[in-house]
Amino acid sequence: MTRIQGFTILTVLLFLGVPLAGCRTQTDETNTTHSARVAEAPVPPQQAGPDDGQWLMPAKSYASTRYSELAEINTRNAGSLKVAWTFSTGSTRGEEAAPLIVGSTMYVVAPFPNYLYALDLANSGAAKWVYKPPVNAAAQGVACCDQVNRGAFYSEGKIFYNTLDGQTVAVDAESGKEVWRTPLGDINKGESITMAPLVVKGKVLVGNSGGEFGVRGWLTALDAATGKIAWKAFSTGPDRDVLIGPGFHPFYAMDRGQDLGVSSWPPDAWKIGGGTVWGWISYDPELNLIYYGTGNPGPWNADQRPGDNKWTCGIFARDADTGAARWFYQMNPHDHFDYDGVNEMVLLDLTVEGKPRKVLVHPDRNGYLYVLDRGTGEVLSADAFGPITSSAGVDLTSGRVRDVPEKATGAGKTVEQICPAAPGAKDWQPSAFSPRTGLLYIPHNNLCMDFQGMEANYIAGTPFVGANVKMYAGPGGNRGFFTAWDFAAHKPRWQIKESFPAWSGALVTAGDVVFYGTMDGWFKAVDAASGSPLWKFKTGSGVIGQPVTFKGPDGKQYVAVLSGVGGWSGAIVAGKLDPRDATGALGFVGAMGDLPQHTTPGGMLYVFALP
Amino acid sequence: MCSRCRDGLGFAMFSALLLAACAAACTRQHAVSSRELRVCADPNNLPYSNRKLEGFENRLAEMVARDLHATVRYTWWPQHRGFIRNTLKAGTCDVLMGLPSSVELAFTTRPYYRSTYVFVSRQDRGIAVRSFDDPALRRLRIGVQMIGDDGTNSPPAHALANRGVVRNVAGYSVYADYSQPNPPARIVEAVARGDVDLAVVWGPLAGYFAPRQSVPLALVPVSPQIDRPFLPFVFDISMAVRRGDHTLHDELDSFIERRQPEIDALLARYGVPRT
Repeated sequence: MTRIQGFTILTVLLFLGVPLAGCRTQTDETNTTHSARVAEAPVPPQQAGPDDGQWLMPAKSYASTRYSELAEINTRNAGSLKVAWTFSTGSTRGEEAAPLIVGSTMYVVAPFPNYLYALDLANSGAAKWVYKPPVNAAAQGVACCDQVNRGAFYSEGKIFYNTLDGQTVAVDAESGKEVWRTPLGDINKGESITMAPLVVKGKVLVGNSGGEFGVRGWLTALDAATGKIAWKAFSTGPDRDVLIGPGFHPFYAMDRGQDLGVSSWPPDAWKIGGGTVWGWISYDPELNLIYYGTGNPGPWNADQRPGDNKWTCGIFARDADTGAARWFYQMNPHDHFDYDGVNEMVLLDLTVEGKPRKVLVHPDRNGYLYVLDRGTGEVLSADAFGPITSSAGVDLTSGRVRDVPEKATGAGKTVEQICPAAPGAKDWQPSAFSPRTGLLYIPHNNLCMDFQGMEANYIAGTPFVGANVKMYAGPGGNRGFFTAWDFAAHKPRWQIKESFPAWSGALVTAGDVVFYGTMDGWFKAVDAASGSPLWKFKTGSGVIGQPVTFKGPDGKQYVAVLSGVGGWSGAIVAGKLDPRDATGALGFVGAMGDLPQHTTPGGMLYVFALP
Repeated sequence: MCSRCRDGLGFAMFSALLLAACAAACTRQHAVSSRELRVCADPNNLPYSNRKLEGFENRLAEMVARDLHATVRYTWWPQHRGFIRNTLKAGTCDVLMGLPSSVELAFTTRPYYRSTYVFVSRQDRGIAVRSFDDPALRRLRIGVQMIGDDGTNSPPAHALANRGVVRNVAGYSVYADYSQPNPPARIVEAVARGDVDLAVVWGPLAGYFAPRQSVPLALVPVSPQIDRPFLPFVFDISMAVRRGDHTLHDELDSFIERRQPEIDALLARYGVPRT
């Protein structure tokens, strides 16, 4: 665990004497009442004023808080939630998307072949239309990765989303007619797109997937009206490709220098270096900066790419209009463990040592919860939120994570007990923040791995050598956690153990109810202050989607979530992998062998309301 | 011998009547609907297979089918991640024509050939590298194939990295651009063009594509055959069926045992280096 000496976030909380004991501490009314004074999320311009009950982007707001002001469903009545209606997506792949709610219509993107459904909220979700993008049928065989989609974005009458085979589409929200469609990635080269786009000031921001397969990562901005590319920023290569210019001022010396995207690699390795952009983007309208993380380096193993491998496994701040880089911070220089930096960036205003700071909160795969000054990229704190053996803290002077040499992976080496495992202490599954409690609600993993020797395998008629990666539950034996993070105490306020990795998104409301789902199919509501269970419902399949809440045409509050197991963690069910092959799904099968006994595939939307 | 009948053999073992009936049924079956040999294959991966049936695995499948009085039916799928899962294990086909014998994802037959990685260079360059320990490897520009899955790469990439040979190594994806013919062949073309001085390539791929370049290439088996700590460069190759499919497995084993000389001749025609 790493902290600045004498560093206090949420000092007001400390003065109020809020109990700071560890897990499962019961919080009192004081906390809920006063924390809003110290931690308030910026309000995106299009949602200025009170919450209108819509849900226009997966993260709800540009600050990515996944917080709704709706409070009809609260801690006292959540226990009586009932299913209002359901809708089948017809897919048996992982359902990671967040439904969108625009007026009286809900929009749902399904996994490949990425149908977009418009559902009539005034008519129990009856389908208004379905848009079927023209996709390359071969994508499933050639695509590098899983077949999930993380959602769409609504802006000015159009729904924007990406297809697995590398296209961005704009669909008229009223008619379901395609407005434009822009091919961005080449599926034949292993490039795919799974992320949800973010629309900022008339530009659609999109990044690619496929880093392990020799794909070079990028984020691009498309004109929302025409689909034409406005700018494209690569994650590796010369400064001009990365859109690094005179306005680039990284906080730490390790991220400064000319063309580091070339010189921190062996010759030419940056051309295939990964750093894909498949996670979340946030936006601060005041600073006019966008924030996103870059994926792991590839396709070489660590010992074949000496150097820091810029600009992989880090966070970029860029000008929202031009894409010009403002700062960069690298969480994992020279990544050994597949610790992509793409997890969510939650933008908050916190009081640090008595001073208000505009911060970016990022729970990284490497197990540290980073709090950065989002104007400068300075790391204010980096606290472990899960068990970590792969590093020994973050040096806040240099900004560099402290490597543990004996845990470094390499050809022919056997390294045991690497924590967190490759999917990280937390993967893509986004957390939520409530200004009422001041807590960050983090769904995450508790997995470690052994990286053992080599084994011959086979691709494309060529014997190759694979790492024999085995993942298993971390300390305690549970594979997942749902954690309420207390910034002031630098540790969890409360924590719920989950048998499986908590692979769904989180949602928190002004009713002080937190929602999340589990891979064995439970959709849960817990008390935001205490973590006490309020309600749960068994859905038809594992839940790895992102819950949302909205006000229906009838004025009632609803909560919606997609059920449908899959993704990397659920590949054993959705991909019908063999539980006897512990190294399947890059080692994840070893940790998930019992999942098929707990759930079966099948995509279904569930919408809940009070009776 | 029809496999359906063989399944019932124990039951019918001592019954001449039933055996006769079975034989009749089998004959009738052949007459009406010929048996199918359902082969899982990549439509774009010479020298192994392609949709035009030009690969040696296509030819081998034909030989097996004739031997079993069957006709070949293909399930095409790129040999990328998930190939076995989406073909053999999904039940859409019953046999892969080539897989390292030690792979546990499927039930492999007895090996029908053993090949090796080879050093590939232009003959006009006079590069005489035979071993991974040759100091020349520190100054030559070397091409190897990359897989790119996490923690996973081709044996030559590991052997070179273990010796600190990194900065002069260029990677060629085994996937490459699947819209082009035979994507893995790019590494051999790179040697011919002079993009790299030397490449380390799996034997069948090098043996087939080297003679098809505009300049003569030299192929030299790598040594050691098994590098430290345990990094083999020589692999036995088998056919493979689903785990538990003993019937087809035994038929294929029998085929290989009986027809090895013809298999050898086929592999020789395709230039497969064998050890």
